Amino acid sequence: MGPQAVIARRIAQELKSGMLVNLGIGIPTLVANHLPEGVQVFFQSENGLIGTGAPPQEGMAHPMLTDAGGNPVTALPGASTFDSAMSFGLIRGGHLDVTVLGGLQVDQQGRLANWMIPGKMVPGMGGAMDLVTGAKRVIVAMQHTAKGAPKIMKKCSLPVTSLRAVDLVVTELAVIAFTDGRATLLETGPGVSVAQVVAATAAELSIPSQVPEMAL
Amino acid sequence: MQTVSLEQSVAMIPDGASLMIGGFMAVGTPERIVDEIVRQNKRDLTVIANDTAVPGRGIGKLVAAKLVRKVTVSHIGLNPEAQRQMMAGVLEVELVPQGTLIERIRAGGYGLGGILTQTGIGTPVENGKQKIEVNGKAYLLEVALHADFALVRAFLADYLGNLSYALTARNFNPVIAMAANTVIVDADNIVPVGVLAPDHVVTPAPVVDYLVANA
Repeated sequence: MGPQAVIARRIAQELKSGMLVNLGIGIPTLVANHLPEGVQVFFQSENGLIGTGAPPQEGMAHPMLTDAGGNPVTALPGASTFDSAMSFGLIRGGHLDVTVLGGLQVDQQGRLANWMIPGKMVPGMGGAMDLVTGAKRVIVAMQHTAKGAPKIMKKCSLPVTSLRAVDLVVTELAVIAFTDGRATLLETGPGVSVAQVVAATAAELSIPSQVPEMAL
Repeated sequence: MQTVSLEQSVAMIPDGASLMIGGFMAVGTPERIVDEIVRQNKRDLTVIANDTAVPGRGIGKLVAAKLVRKVTVSHIGLNPEAQRQMMAGVLEVELVPQGTLIERIRAGGYGLGGILTQTGIGTPVENGKQKIEVNGKAYLLEVALHADFALVRAFLADYLGNLSYALTARNFNPVIAMAANTVIVDADNIVPVGVLAPDHVVTPAPVVDYLVANA
C-alpha cells in the first residue's frame, strides 16, 4: 500500500454511518474509496451538494453537477442541493461532523497552515478557513514530511488557517491527536517504529508507553 | 421584469460598474452574458464572485481580456492569469473566506449591515477589522456587500421572472440576486407561468429586473 492509500484508509476508519463529511482536494478525496464495508456517510461538496457520488460513467457527466474542484460527480439517492449560504451554514453551524483537509504544516498545538505560501502560492483560502473553524471534527491528511523536512513542527512558519486546533493528523508514518494543546502519538504506520516518527517530527510528541501500529 | 436582448442586457452596464456574478468554478455562471461583456469591451469592472474560474471559462474570460480592475473572491488558485495580474499589480484581489463572502453578500441583500463570524480570527483576514465579543466568544465584524448589477444564471425562468436553479449551478446565484441594484438573468429555459410551482420558486419574480431573451 502506498503512503497516500495508508493515509486515506486510516482516515476512512474514523467515519461512521450517518455522518456528514467534507473531503478536501488531494489525499482527502481518496478517503471515499476506502470506506469500511457497510459504512454509509453523506459527503458534502461545498459548492452545494450533499450525497456526492463517484465520477459518472463515460458520457454521463452533467455540466451542472460537479464537485468543488469543478469535476463531474454523481449524486447518490437521497442527495440534496442548495446554495452557498446554506452550504457554509452547514459547515460553520455545527452540522458538519468531519472535515478532512490537506496540510502544509501543523504545529504542536494542532494549528494548521494549508492556504498560502507568502510570495509563492497565494491561491486564496476558498472554504478552508470556514471548514477548520466550524467543523465538529477536523482531520488533516498529509505526508509526514516534504522533501525530507518535517511538516509537524513546533510553530508553523506559514500563516495558519485558523486558531482552532485540528483534532487528528494522519500521515503515512503516524496518527497524532491534538488534545489539551498537546500532540500525542496514537499509532504508527505499517512497519514504522516510534523512533522513526520522532525523527521525522519537529514538534514535541507526547508518547504513551504502548503505541500500536495502524490496523489497516 | 422586462425581457431584453443579450446585447441590451450588457449595454446597460457602464464601464467601472460593480458586478456580482454567479458560479463556482464557472459552473452556474451566465456564460452568454460574460461573452457579451467581452464583445462590448466593458472596462474597469469590479467583480464579486466565488472565484476567478479557469482561463477560457466564466470570469476567467473577463480577467484574460483585462476588463477587471478588482475582484472580491475566495479563490484564484486555478487561474494563473489572475495570479499573474495580481502579482503585476494590475488586478486588485481581495481574498475572502468563502463562507464569509457568501454571508457578506447575503447580508447586503437582506438589509443587514454585516455579520459576525469566527472564521479568519488569528489570520491575515482579521487585519483592519473590528472584533466583537458576544457571550465570551470573539467574532470578526464582516460588513455587507452590494453591487450595481447581479448577473444570475438560472435553470428555469418563467415569463414573470420566477427562478429555479439546477444542481450545483445554484451556488451564489440566488444570494447575489438579492444584493444588487439591477438583476439580470440568463436562464437555460424560459417557460410559461405555472410551470414553476410556488413551492419550487427559489428566487421570486419581483427580485428580477431583466431576463435575457432567447436568441
